[in-house]
Amino acid sequence: MHREDFEMLNNNIVYFDNGATTFKPKLVVNAINDYYTKYTANAHRGDYKNSLLVNEKYDEARQKVANFINAESSSEIVFTSGATHSLNFVVFNYFKKILKKGDEVLTTLSEHASNLLPWFVLEKEIGIKVKYIELNEDYEVTLENVEKAINNNTRVIALAHITNVIGDIRPIKDICVLAHRRDIKVVVDAAQSIAHTKVDVRDLDVDFLAFSAHKMYGPTGIGVLYGKYSLLEEMEPLFYGGGMNAIYSKDGYIELMEIPTRFEAGTQNIEGVIGLSAAIDYINKIGISNISKYEEELRDYLIKKLKELDFIEIYNISDSNINVAFNIKNVFSQDTAIYLDKYNICIRAGNHCSKVLNEVISVNNTCRISLSFYNTKDEIDLLINVLKNSKNLYKEIL
Amino acid sequence: MDREEKRKIILDNYNDDINRKEISSSDYIKVNSRNFSCIDNIDLYIKFNNNIIDDIKFNGEACVIAISSTSLLIKYLIGKSVEEALNIISNYENMIDGLSYDQSIIKDLIAFDDIGKQPSRKICATLASRKIKELLEKSV
Repeated sequence: MHREDFEMLNNNIVYFDNGATTFKPKLVVNAINDYYTKYTANAHRGDYKNSLLVNEKYDEARQKVANFINAESSSEIVFTSGATHSLNFVVFNYFKKILKKGDEVLTTLSEHASNLLPWFVLEKEIGIKVKYIELNEDYEVTLENVEKAINNNTRVIALAHITNVIGDIRPIKDICVLAHRRDIKVVVDAAQSIAHTKVDVRDLDVDFLAFSAHKMYGPTGIGVLYGKYSLLEEMEPLFYGGGMNAIYSKDGYIELMEIPTRFEAGTQNIEGVIGLSAAIDYINKIGISNISKYEEELRDYLIKKLKELDFIEIYNISDSNINVAFNIKNVFSQDTAIYLDKYNICIRAGNHCSKVLNEVISVNNTCRISLSFYNTKDEIDLLINVLKNSKNLYKEIL
Repeated sequence: MDREEKRKIILDNYNDDINRKEISSSDYIKVNSRNFSCIDNIDLYIKFNNNIIDDIKFNGEACVIAISSTSLLIKYLIGKSVEEALNIISNYENMIDGLSYDQSIIKDLIAFDDIGKQPSRKICATLASRKIKELLEKSV
């Protein structure tokens, strides 16, 4: 649905790599274009009309993000360069200061690198311990297994809301209840969920949440860190410079700006913020529940069709989200991707930045289809037909 | 050589697993070769007898181009002296890079001559040769 909003879809391609990045609707492209052609300025506090306008747009975007994820206030929204930046910011600028040797962080083997590697570094730097919550036979996180993994040293649970390969939706709300009873903080990577399902930080009661705009129809290079205000209050800035200080003097005295501005030193990614703001307008216009419903229908159709092909192995049948991980039996995933590319069908092959997942699913590399609401059943039919003819795969790619 | 013949050579060597096995013997030197920009990842096991390459085996996961070129290249390298092997690799890599090469030295490896025209796949076709070359150059 809404295919007419995406100029990229006029280029005769079938795009099934939405978990990597999404196409941008005209509304977003135009919003960025307008900033560069109609009111370019830095975000000052209103020295002249355009700078005031940019400032208003910037603040308005922050409020829109807050409303979108139902944060208590826009002060809880920090703009970053993306989910990776957000997660690293939280790990190195908050947890590094409050965790001590022997403290444990619980995560899983199916996380994206950006929610694992920073914790590995803390393990080396300050002696925390990274532990893995056991996944069930469908590679999912269950509340029981979270409970089993918690001990007296557990201080943090760091998980994706939806994982980028298996794509299971984690019971974050219940995990937060469990965690908060024991004073454990919960850090959630929402990069894969934000554009596909309702993310309500107050309902989930997460402590920190990270996501990127480019996976939700917005531009690259801009993302969000949500933090509960009381936790952001405990944080120091990572960068110092313009925009984040209120007053400073030659003796080294610095008075910081309010939260969250103090965390955004230097000229920010204004076009990104404006693009993200437009992306939120766009998603809201369609309605996230309509998006979820349609994407689920598409996925069911895709699974049904793939299951009819006996030479296809599917790794995550039971989950209900946008990702389907599969392989043509006895064909290397990248060869499958190259074959599909001959028909302008874009899918991802590889380990999808989850390089330890192979320890769980015993397959190193998969093809991944990740859907969006602009995909259609016709596109799925085309994919299935091309797969049906894949006995000629090598003939076509060699 | 027409496209069909090339394809046959590539597929025959892709499916030929005579040298495709994991080796645990300490007689072999193990090196890993991978392409970080894609997902090709193989281990190579090389056994020397003084200056002669006594045996090479490989194991791992990679695309058809990477596996097949590895499979065929090592067939040509087994039994050769280090200098001879380096000469084969050098001619093969020259072909991939579009430079001049001696076809009589690389024989059926000519099946991969089109790969050089796809820059993104050069790394697949040289997955084994790069690492073996590195190792051989050290031993010269």
